Amino acid sequence: MTGRGTAVRLALLAAPVAFLAVFFLYPVATIVGEGLRDGGAWQLGRAGEVLRDGDTADVLWFTVWQAAASTVLTLAVGLPAAWAFARLRFPGRKVLHAAVTVPFVLPTVVTGAAFLAVVGRGGLLDDWWGVRLDNTVWAILLAHASLNFAVVVRIVGGLWSQLDPGQAEAARMLGATRRAAWLRVTLPALMPAVASAAVMVFLFTFTSFGVVQILGGPRNGTLEVEIYRQTAQLLDLPTAAVLTLLQFALVAVLLGAQALLTRRTETALSLVDPATNARRPRGAAEHAALAAVLTVIALLLVLPLAVLLERSLSVPGGGHGLANYRSLFSDDGGTFVAAPWQAVETSLRYAAIATLIAVVIGGLAATALARRGGGRTLRGFDALLMLPLGTSAVTVGFGFLVTLDEPPLDLRSSWTLVPLAQALVGVPFVVRVLLPVLRAVDDRLRQAAAVLGASPARVWREVDLPLVRRAVLVAAGFAFAVSLGEFGATVFIARADNPTLPVAVARLLSRPGALNYGQAMALSAVLMLVCTLTLLALERIRPAGRTP
Amino acid sequence: MKRTAIFGLALGLGLVTACGSGGDDEADGGGDDGGRADVTLVTHDSFLVSDEVLARFEEETGHHVEVLRSGDAGVVVNQAVLSRGNPQGDVLFGVDNTLLSRALDEDVFVPYEAAGLDAIPADLRLDAENRVTPVDTGDICVNYDRAWFAEEGLTPPETFADLADPAYRDLLVVQNAATSSPGLGFLLATVSTFGDDGWQDYWQRLADNGVEVVDGWEQAYNERFSGSGQGGDRPLVVSYASSPPAGVVYGGEERPDEAPTGVSTGTCFRQMEFAGLLEGAANPEGGRALLDFLIGRDFQEDMPLQMFVSPVLPDAALPEEYTRYGVTVDDPVTMDPAVIAEGRDGWIDEWTSLVLG
Repeated sequence: MTGRGTAVRLALLAAPVAFLAVFFLYPVATIVGEGLRDGGAWQLGRAGEVLRDGDTADVLWFTVWQAAASTVLTLAVGLPAAWAFARLRFPGRKVLHAAVTVPFVLPTVVTGAAFLAVVGRGGLLDDWWGVRLDNTVWAILLAHASLNFAVVVRIVGGLWSQLDPGQAEAARMLGATRRAAWLRVTLPALMPAVASAAVMVFLFTFTSFGVVQILGGPRNGTLEVEIYRQTAQLLDLPTAAVLTLLQFALVAVLLGAQALLTRRTETALSLVDPATNARRPRGAAEHAALAAVLTVIALLLVLPLAVLLERSLSVPGGGHGLANYRSLFSDDGGTFVAAPWQAVETSLRYAAIATLIAVVIGGLAATALARRGGGRTLRGFDALLMLPLGTSAVTVGFGFLVTLDEPPLDLRSSWTLVPLAQALVGVPFVVRVLLPVLRAVDDRLRQAAAVLGASPARVWREVDLPLVRRAVLVAAGFAFAVSLGEFGATVFIARADNPTLPVAVARLLSRPGALNYGQAMALSAVLMLVCTLTLLALERIRPAGRTP
Repeated sequence: MKRTAIFGLALGLGLVTACGSGGDDEADGGGDDGGRADVTLVTHDSFLVSDEVLARFEEETGHHVEVLRSGDAGVVVNQAVLSRGNPQGDVLFGVDNTLLSRALDEDVFVPYEAAGLDAIPADLRLDAENRVTPVDTGDICVNYDRAWFAEEGLTPPETFADLADPAYRDLLVVQNAATSSPGLGFLLATVSTFGDDGWQDYWQRLADNGVEVVDGWEQAYNERFSGSGQGGDRPLVVSYASSPPAGVVYGGEERPDEAPTGVSTGTCFRQMEFAGLLEGAANPEGGRALLDFLIGRDFQEDMPLQMFVSPVLPDAALPEEYTRYGVTVDDPVTMDPAVIAEGRDGWIDEWTSLVLG
């Protein structure tokens, strides 16, 4: 039995391992190796030099603490919202649930500008109260919380909505206070998802680039910024290699801690259909809580997006109108990107492919990881799957360049590299969303099915799939959103003439002229719409029958 | 079962999209199956050429051109260094004078004397072996918001010294020299003007005069510069001598008598862009034809309104909008690429601790 279990697991893991090895480990190891072995000899002295440098320590410290603070802030604002979306019914809930993902998808150069318009010079806060947060760490933290809000809402909310409220109610019936029932029943059940979300937010903010640059000003640099500078500008590969290894080490420590935490809290849970779980808010406390959640969403997410929309509608010379949108479809007037609407098509196509890859690879990996009795190797692989999130886009992009350059894998200039790079970022999301839910599936259900004569494939189809379908859709939505907004690696891959939406926006913004600016804003608004509609559509795919 | 079917359908749809698109792209990229050789141009994200001009080249030479863009000039050059001998394309366009030494030292290019090179002024032909061919020049200069200065009744600054004058206090926004190429160009101009021992003092005076440093050109020009019309608060910004005509051309239908922004011509740093045949190119013959094309009249006259840079061909006709709204910079600051390569990292470090520290 164990022999067969191992065989099944190995079969499941084959594709994820191959994917990760070819498209992540090999490229990154090669570029780091080239840096450390400059001219054939190991440059270990150089490593010591970089590590002892006071600037490195400063950058490292700032990177870690801003990521930790951003994570705490994101959890603080995101968890109540996760509860509200999972447990309460209110008007506009579905649209809002999709819309909170929008900041996550937009190019940071755009969200950064929108945030500046709220918290920066001459921004709304400045106008109303004379408060300016640009060039402060507060602007970075708030923007990070806004960008990663959806990560918490979707990962934690996803599990929460399937959690059987009967257990907490039973505890209360047995005499536990509301607080005690929450602390002893609900919170422990949610812990794996909270830990997952926290890790994702940390990794995202740990490798934050655009937000830190635009809102933090030139004085606040992260490890990511430094690696970019050393690789893309100075071509100081030895320094970049040492910094990349440092980045790896920190991510490894974090993932180790997460694994420890999760292992102690993960148990089988009783999962129910999310549709039966949400109800109208009851009582003053719930109404107040909902109001607070909606206020936070309005200020942190809707306001910056509204600024962006306003800019996309403003017409050169004053007034508002649809001129910018119309110009997206016309070829005259000196459009910079040939027919910008083509970027929409390109982006959708790449994102669809990347989502498919991420769901298949991440789904296989999560299924293998969820099987009982994995041992240390398996947990190591779990951590390895997260590593692409904690790695600089420039390292991956340059790694592709030096490795995927010979047949049969001469993909350097192939369009396929773009969705592959995007899938690399999508896989961790799929795994982190699916794993808590898969592990929560009661193994006795599977055993019962097996005893009744079901094959492993049938067990998966009849037991696992119905329970995790919702999670698969959440995961697919995430992978899609990540792919749609991916900018870092995409920009380092030499592409033939099909820019994705974020790249097209960046190109428009890199030139003077009100037309370019207006088009960039309009294109960003289109990106917002595409993202919201796709996520709404994904969430509409629902089980046909209610009871399994 | 129904649910499985829905899920399967979703996956299937994805697959169809994937396969469908794969087919499309092959059709696009496979335009060479009629025996036409493909020539690949590796370049940065700002490269632009008119479709007609490129089509003429393809028709005349029989070479189908594929343009690969990735990131900025620094990224493109570094990628070329890393893939030396097995390059991504045949020709690289976009090495500027701040990156030239690295590209030459790393032997990225092979020599080729492009047809018509003789016509290009000697002071632009920086490599005696012709491993690189000069293609265009541009100037990094301080731009000013005409309306703002008119309203204040103040004469716009013309020189570096003016910028440190208290009359222009809190007006200038510049880019981070460590991360932005106009930011670096402006720093190099001050180093060249005030000398190895004098530029630090000048920047101290700029800092005392309230210079603001932001990360990139986009933030400086779009968000902070009042002349871009997006509600910025600073009427002086480091940008390009060609930004005023670009702003008009990309500003809408209207063609004013005068561009709304002007150029402080005493603050300019000359940037030059080069192209070269990559070592190990798969189609060197096509690559050489492409280099000829880049300094040919067609491309040179198309460039000003595409990339907003000036042609190197002295008798290339300039488009009316380019000259009408633009300026000629007579005496820009220049710096030998070898000197830049030698000093750059040190200057950036010193500048960072001086101005940002």
